[in-house]
Amino acid sequence: MPTKLSARFCSFVLSLFLIAFALPAFAGPFEDAVAKFANDDFSDTEEAVGVIASSGNKLAFPIISALQDGRLMADPDSKKVYVTGTDGKSIDAATGEAVASVPDSASAVRLNNRLRRSVDAALGSLTLQSPDVGTRLQAAQSVFKSHEETALEAVDAALAKESNKSVKTALGEARAAILLFKSDATEVEKLEAVATLKARGDQEAMALLTGMGDQPPSVTKAAASAISSIQSSLAVWSTVQNAWYGLSLGSVLLLAAIGLAITFGVMGVINMAHGEMVMIGAYTTFVVQEVIRTRYPGLFDYSLLIAVPLAFVVAGAIGVLIERSIIRFLYGRPLETLLATWGLSLVLQQAVRTMFGPTNREVGNPSWMSGAFELGQITITYNRLWILCFTLAVFAILLAMLRYSAIGLEMRAVTQNRRMAASMGIATSRVDALTFGLGSGIAGIAGVALSQIDNVSPNLGQSYIIDSFMVVVFGGVGNLWGTLVGAFTLGIANKFLEPVAGAVLGKIAILVLIILFIQKRPRGLFALKGRAVEA
Amino acid sequence: MTPHMLTRSLDRGATIFLLVVAALGVLIPLFNLLLPAGSFLQVPTYLVALWGKYVCYAILALSIDLIWGYCGILSLGHGAFFALGGYAMGMYLMRQIGTRGVYGNPILPDFMVFLNWQKLPWYWYGFDMFWFAALMVLFVPGLLAFCFGWLAFRSRVTGVYLSIITQAMTYALLLAFFRNDFGFGGNNGLTDFKDILGFNVQAEGTRAALFALSCLALIIGFLICRAIVSSKLGKVLIAVRDAESRTRFLGYRVESYKLFVFTVSACMAGVAGALYVPQVGIINPSEFAPGNSIEAVIWVAVGGRGTLVGAALGAVVVNYAKTFFTSGMLAPYWLFMLGALFILVTLLLPKGIVGTFNAWWDQSKEKRTAASAASAAAEDGVTEPKMAE
Repeated sequence: MPTKLSARFCSFVLSLFLIAFALPAFAGPFEDAVAKFANDDFSDTEEAVGVIASSGNKLAFPIISALQDGRLMADPDSKKVYVTGTDGKSIDAATGEAVASVPDSASAVRLNNRLRRSVDAALGSLTLQSPDVGTRLQAAQSVFKSHEETALEAVDAALAKESNKSVKTALGEARAAILLFKSDATEVEKLEAVATLKARGDQEAMALLTGMGDQPPSVTKAAASAISSIQSSLAVWSTVQNAWYGLSLGSVLLLAAIGLAITFGVMGVINMAHGEMVMIGAYTTFVVQEVIRTRYPGLFDYSLLIAVPLAFVVAGAIGVLIERSIIRFLYGRPLETLLATWGLSLVLQQAVRTMFGPTNREVGNPSWMSGAFELGQITITYNRLWILCFTLAVFAILLAMLRYSAIGLEMRAVTQNRRMAASMGIATSRVDALTFGLGSGIAGIAGVALSQIDNVSPNLGQSYIIDSFMVVVFGGVGNLWGTLVGAFTLGIANKFLEPVAGAVLGKIAILVLIILFIQKRPRGLFALKGRAVEA
Repeated sequence: MTPHMLTRSLDRGATIFLLVVAALGVLIPLFNLLLPAGSFLQVPTYLVALWGKYVCYAILALSIDLIWGYCGILSLGHGAFFALGGYAMGMYLMRQIGTRGVYGNPILPDFMVFLNWQKLPWYWYGFDMFWFAALMVLFVPGLLAFCFGWLAFRSRVTGVYLSIITQAMTYALLLAFFRNDFGFGGNNGLTDFKDILGFNVQAEGTRAALFALSCLALIIGFLICRAIVSSKLGKVLIAVRDAESRTRFLGYRVESYKLFVFTVSACMAGVAGALYVPQVGIINPSEFAPGNSIEAVIWVAVGGRGTLVGAALGAVVVNYAKTFFTSGMLAPYWLFMLGALFILVTLLLPKGIVGTFNAWWDQSKEKRTAASAASAAAEDGVTEPKMAE
């Protein structure tokens, strides 16, 4: 018995020994390739990338993407290679087993430009057949960009299996890009490729067509016509894009200016602290999100829905307080009101700076506001789209309130003829306070929306105050529709001037145009008609 | 300006003001230069420069008071005229650096060499001559004010609308001057000056002379303003301030009066800026910031609009307070104080310091004369009929 046991023990030790020392000899091409990364030689690395990409091993994708990001660590002493995950955990690249730590002697596998291209191509073909649609689409697009000939087989294989329509289009385009640059592709294939790229019709397709080098004359001719057709469609799209940017900027301007249109336009009060009401709204959003983050993380997507009414109440209450304590003593003295509210804006800014610190505070986008979608050749971000809708909704509600509600009626009455309204029994000073509170509250709401696209800092309001006044004055004081038209006109004009003149010059041009416009129509686009000599 | 006009335009407050400014303008430089360092009365050089800055601000305040206090034009863009004057002076000082710049280019200022410019832009021509720069100090702000005012006043843009578009003007200039390719040094502005008219800008003697010159400019500016407001033209300006339409209906061309006084005021602001730049040693686009212009308006409001003396006084008081508070441990609270100053002055002290003092003085004088008249009347035995007159 003992001998038998010892013999078995011996054979066990032997086999362990064999496993430990002879394993490299048994290893497949995949493991060999992985070990090549440790040689720190560019051609070895390239070879390894090629083998790994075609190996079909499930570790291939993590290894190559780690190589691309500089997370692939190779130890030249033990010839071991490790993949450091983005989460800081590491695995052995050859076996996939987790390791506690990467030895200090290991360093990241280096890449040069030529290698980086083949890594991109390898990654592209690796992910072309991923089960996830998004990954496949991305992979097809990256192949399109790199258009490496080596990826052609992978693309064809993926194309044969693909069922998703948009991925199929992307794959077709990737194939076209490859064929266009493939020296031994037939003329028919190349002509088809040009047609596919023409159908794609964007900047990148045009770049490929212009940079395709020597081609047969028929292909060059087709490419030239494709380029001109792409150019004209791009011009249309860039106009559409400018219009969209203009609408988006206009909605921001409108949002910032609606509150002012009430305090300045309807009441005639110059509120230089208007921008600070916007800022207070933005900080209210910040506080709401802080509370949600610490107490009820699940509610984060609803943070803005909670912040909107809260910001209205906070900014509105501060507005009523300001009206009661300062502004009501200054009615009929607009220049003094201007100075006092400017002082107030300094105080409010400094108060917020003391409470929240002078730096930007982070306000997050809820999931339904982040991301973007493509519409033809332009990208529309959800937050801009939501802000446009939100602005129009606020505008509509405000208009309806002034038109149909009792308080709206009183507000209009007091604006049109204060003494007559008072004679009819309207408490004019109460209406004044409420109107000012309404204007301030709407500024607060604007702050909630603007916190999604701008830095939340104590200076937030200052950057909007001059623009807001421009919008109100341009549109015509005392007329909400004028403010709407003014905001969108200025927004769109600004965005159409920007590509021509540059951002700053465009803005300067707009300011100069407004100054000149006011000379022509001192009361704005839609002036209220009246017989008063001095309004 | 005839001697008669001068005497007519000076009341007791104005005379005291002129004497004080003249005394400061002579004594501070003398105490700075002649007394040995460490002496009790010796004025350190940094204080000379600091007070020189205040005097420049006082000139700016004076120019604002001339249009706001007497003509009712609230300009929120006077900082722009001030800065334009400053830039004109700064361009002269830049050209004087010559080969002593970092890159040693005899013609191009350092920032142009840095931006790889090959030759001087046309609008820098002539600024190597002092007389030309001095002319531009008056001409550039004056021309801008003339064009702006000609457009605005002719189309009867008044009140808050004018304030808002003047603010837009200074904001547009702020953006423009921030641009590097605009040719005025972009973000950094113009600085690192060496000498002015051959004298070292940093030297004590030059600083003292600049201070004395600033005081002289303040005196001259004050006399010009007094002459304007106490003349017949000044009466029309006050009429425009109080009832513009009525003045127009009486047959005065309101826009011409406004345009004249606006342009004069802008030139004065330009001079203030030109004297300011060599004393602080830098001019950059932040001088165009709309906040600066509004702050200058509050100096006038604190001192008392429509009093001229008050404007200068307000500029000095507010800026002294600013220096005092922003350098100590109270620094974080300065903006609270400045903001509160805006609010409290407009609410509680609408006439400003000098205006309130004047009102109080007149009232007590009236009381005194009434009291002495009453006592004299009592002695004479005459009571009622005298009062009824």
